[in-house]
Amino acid sequence: MNTIFSIHTVRFVALVILQVLILNHVNFVGYINPYIYILFIALFPVKNNRIVLMLLSFLLGLIIDLFLDTGGAHAAASVFIAYARPLVLKSSFGTIYEHQTVKFNTIDFGSKLTYFTILTVLHHFVLFFLEIFSVSKILLVFQKTLFSSIFTILLSVIVTIIFSRKPK
Amino acid sequence: MQQIINFIIRNKNFLLFLLLFCLSLLFTIQSHSYHKSKFINSANFLTGGVYNTVNDISSYFSLKSQNKLLSEENRRLRMLLRNSGIQHELSFIDSTSYNKAYRFYTANIIKNSYSLTDNILTIDKGKKDSIKPDFGVISSKGIVGIVDKTSPSYGTVISILNTTSQISGQLKKTNHFGTLKWNGKDPAMVQLIDIAKIAPVKIGDTIITSGRSSIFPKNIPVGTVVDFKLDAAENYYEINVKLFNDMTNLEHVYVIENVNSEEINKLLENN
Repeated sequence: MNTIFSIHTVRFVALVILQVLILNHVNFVGYINPYIYILFIALFPVKNNRIVLMLLSFLLGLIIDLFLDTGGAHAAASVFIAYARPLVLKSSFGTIYEHQTVKFNTIDFGSKLTYFTILTVLHHFVLFFLEIFSVSKILLVFQKTLFSSIFTILLSVIVTIIFSRKPK
Repeated sequence: MQQIINFIIRNKNFLLFLLLFCLSLLFTIQSHSYHKSKFINSANFLTGGVYNTVNDISSYFSLKSQNKLLSEENRRLRMLLRNSGIQHELSFIDSTSYNKAYRFYTANIIKNSYSLTDNILTIDKGKKDSIKPDFGVISSKGIVGIVDKTSPSYGTVISILNTTSQISGQLKKTNHFGTLKWNGKDPAMVQLIDIAKIAPVKIGDTIITSGRSSIFPKNIPVGTVVDFKLDAAENYYEINVKLFNDMTNLEHVYVIENVNSEEINKLLENN
């Protein structure tokens, strides 16, 4: 229990630092930034309490908001995907999730990619909708969601491959 | 009563989600309204401290280009001074008795942002350095924004690249004035709207601040006209202005205090 707890604390802090100090300054083609801090929410243990995850996501989003001056957009998007996560898990992993045996190290690549994609697109849509906050600019919202999602998914997959422990 | 408690326990996940989501929506809405009190800003001890530390290191990487900008400005000011014919002001050092309408403070941008639609910058000066909300911020080349919130040692600046920012601007050659806004697309372009149809606008004209808002003095350069068209009502021009400032490369800025702004605002309130 203790090691799991400390792994997630380290992951939380590391992702915040990585996001705030490096990834927010990427600005690829002017405005495309990856938001890979949502890996914390995606990789949170499945068996754990949903309420704990939602509170932690809110905290995570709020810290990112503090640094970026975006009000509460990141917090709202993070809480949203934390709440929607069980549904996404069910739709991308199917029966494995039903038996409560999802381990992110061992599942196959295809369903993992689906899982990341759904979560990222949901998160980015809520995020950019709240950040731009105007229905007349909905096209800009979709455009930003699409490009940033591609970037985020690519980076999350690379990061998970690099940091995954090989099953013996 | 029993049923209410049962309902809460049954739906505790959804209720918590609703609570947290509404809380963050509240923060978001507050951040989108100009000058509302908000708790989530980067002018606090934690984020200001982190950005300041990182800026201490990363500012070394742009030393060369920033030095070039500053020496370019020095050259321009020196030329102005030599050619203005007012030689005796050279020996003027005591700034407290320098009774001009505007006071200038120097500051460093420690967090720059230009990829969002509502960009907010952070500077390393705050209440302790007598920086207050509604002071103007300029760089050596043109306008940057308006101070929004201040903490003891840090401040946030509403960048001109913010869809809520409105700054009064005018043509340099005539006195036709309008409002500078940003449409959220290109960080090198801002839009000047509400310029009367009879104004003689041409591509390449210079746009400056108008000095009507009691924040910026007159004659601060903004940019040049790239293209213009009539708006939907066909009474006013909408002008695309290319900024002189490179908003993606900011380090040393000046904060401007209008000494008479209190008096002007009081006068305006009474009307």
